[in-house]
Amino acid sequence: MSEITQEQVAHLANLARIALTPQEIASLTTELGSIVDNVAKVSEVATADVPATSHPIPLQNVYRPDVPGTTLTTEQALAGAPDHDGSRFRVTAILGEEQ
Amino acid sequence: MTNHDHELIRMPASALAEKLTSGEVSSVEATRAHLDRIGAVDGEVHAFLHTDPALSLRAAESIDERRAAGESLHPLAGVPIAIKDVIVTNDMPTTSGSKILEGWVPPYDATVMQKLRAAGLVPIGKTNMDEFAMGSSTEHSAYGPTHNPWDLERIPGGSGGGSAAAVASFEAPLALGSDTGGSIRQPAHVTGTVGVKPTYGGVSRYGAIALASSLDQIGPVSRTVLDSALLHDVIGGHDPRDSTSLTDEWPSMAEAVRRADVKGLKIGVITELDGDGFQPGLLERFREALDLLAAAGAEIVDVSLPSLEYAISAYYLIMPAEASSNLAKFDSVRFGLRVNPPGGGTVEDVMAATREVGFGAEAKRRIILGTYALSAGYYDAYYGSAQKVRTLVQRDFAAAFAGVDVLVSPTAPTTAFKLGQNDGDPMAMYLNDIATIPANLAGIPGISLPVGLATEDGLPVGIQFLAPAREDARLYGVGGALERLLEEKWGHTLISQAPDLAPGEMNAAEEGAV
Repeated sequence: MSEITQEQVAHLANLARIALTPQEIASLTTELGSIVDNVAKVSEVATADVPATSHPIPLQNVYRPDVPGTTLTTEQALAGAPDHDGSRFRVTAILGEEQ
Repeated sequence: MTNHDHELIRMPASALAEKLTSGEVSSVEATRAHLDRIGAVDGEVHAFLHTDPALSLRAAESIDERRAAGESLHPLAGVPIAIKDVIVTNDMPTTSGSKILEGWVPPYDATVMQKLRAAGLVPIGKTNMDEFAMGSSTEHSAYGPTHNPWDLERIPGGSGGGSAAAVASFEAPLALGSDTGGSIRQPAHVTGTVGVKPTYGGVSRYGAIALASSLDQIGPVSRTVLDSALLHDVIGGHDPRDSTSLTDEWPSMAEAVRRADVKGLKIGVITELDGDGFQPGLLERFREALDLLAAAGAEIVDVSLPSLEYAISAYYLIMPAEASSNLAKFDSVRFGLRVNPPGGGTVEDVMAATREVGFGAEAKRRIILGTYALSAGYYDAYYGSAQKVRTLVQRDFAAAFAGVDVLVSPTAPTTAFKLGQNDGDPMAMYLNDIATIPANLAGIPGISLPVGLATEDGLPVGIQFLAPAREDARLYGVGGALERLLEEKWGHTLISQAPDLAPGEMNAAEEGAV
């Protein structure tokens, strides 16, 4: 059995910036435990002599000429934003009071 | 709907294209016939999240005008096509099946959209999918599930259930899909249609909302092998905007179908995917197809890929890990939803409140799982080990392809299950992908095409062929040949056996009421 606790899930949710409800934390703890138990078998065959593969068809040094390409206009970039001032995205305070 | 329209929607794209080229049918007629069909059956099927008839008809009209002016057009010009909602379109909303992107109209077109539009295909709408392509049933769509046209109480597969159901119910002759662990091939299997996952890098991913960047691949969805090949020829090729895009020169996939022949072809049956856990009536159809291929001169041998046992586990670590990183972009700042927590808060509080409301249960599950797999102390045991399994799977395929030209298996262990059947059991849902996931881990191409109906439930069964990386044409060759052999034997196509979703349609047309 894996040792995933509710505290751990709450911590992961905080890292992932999702304000999970206590009910979600409880059910995710059970589900993740079961999933992790099922997938942990990868370590059975992942011995030290096997190299890791991060990419199915490795390519190296994919460059393009260092000239500006076609980019979005400011207007286009802001078009889908929840809030903006016409030239920049607008957000609430970056720091809380205690910070 | 007239008799004429009834015929138009049932035609493969290749046949419709010929009628468009000869001028017998206009693109406006073809597009309107499909829009009418969507109007008649999509209330039940729910393959589409968005259509814009005026926009599609304008595109069709412009093709008709160019053709009338004598312009030489692409053979598929004027043919309607449905687009999976994971692909960004600058004139239609793109949600990836998520509430967090509800109503978002992207400021740019995906490369595949640019290619489709350049060839004159007519986008007819955006299709439903599991949220961010996370699922095998479309039940994780934030906008409600799609229903399988063969049995409306069953799943159409996923994540691309909308695209598969759209072509299976004659709402479009072609569709685009994306395949991260089987999301093109498994829906093709359960809906009696054709779907192809190209070689990784064979089709540009620029403008495909990423689930897992090292696994995702856009590909064609259709009712015939030739139609998928024709679409593959349009969307394939190098794209400097996708740095994982391959620079290869690709042969014509359509030519590969037209020249299809299996004489002397060596086909390896994956022994790990031919028995335990697979539905018996499904295996019957699978074995009959192998017999047909053997009778046509193919050599059938057994091949073992021992690492496949670990493939699902590796996939369900790598995919969530990459997803948790890719989905970090939904931060309530640049696009999509913003939810302000009660009493306000910092930008991080707003982000957390937005993601809590905007993501569905499966997206949250995978983000948390991925965050776990990547966290310090667990990284080596989980993500690191999964990447090593990926190497082992690739080695198994390399060894297998040293002895055979293509590999074969059923596309999935069962036929379409009932909507709701796997609720609350994520692992049971994940096991549907056992036969399709290995190709994504290795980056190799795969095709699923129908081989009949399972004995016990009369539902469609798909066969999957896999080829070495860059050998997509081989799949079209063997797929095209098998499709021809099967249809010669049956005397009809499989999709012609699907239930008529709008039985009043033809009668009304005959009586002149429509």
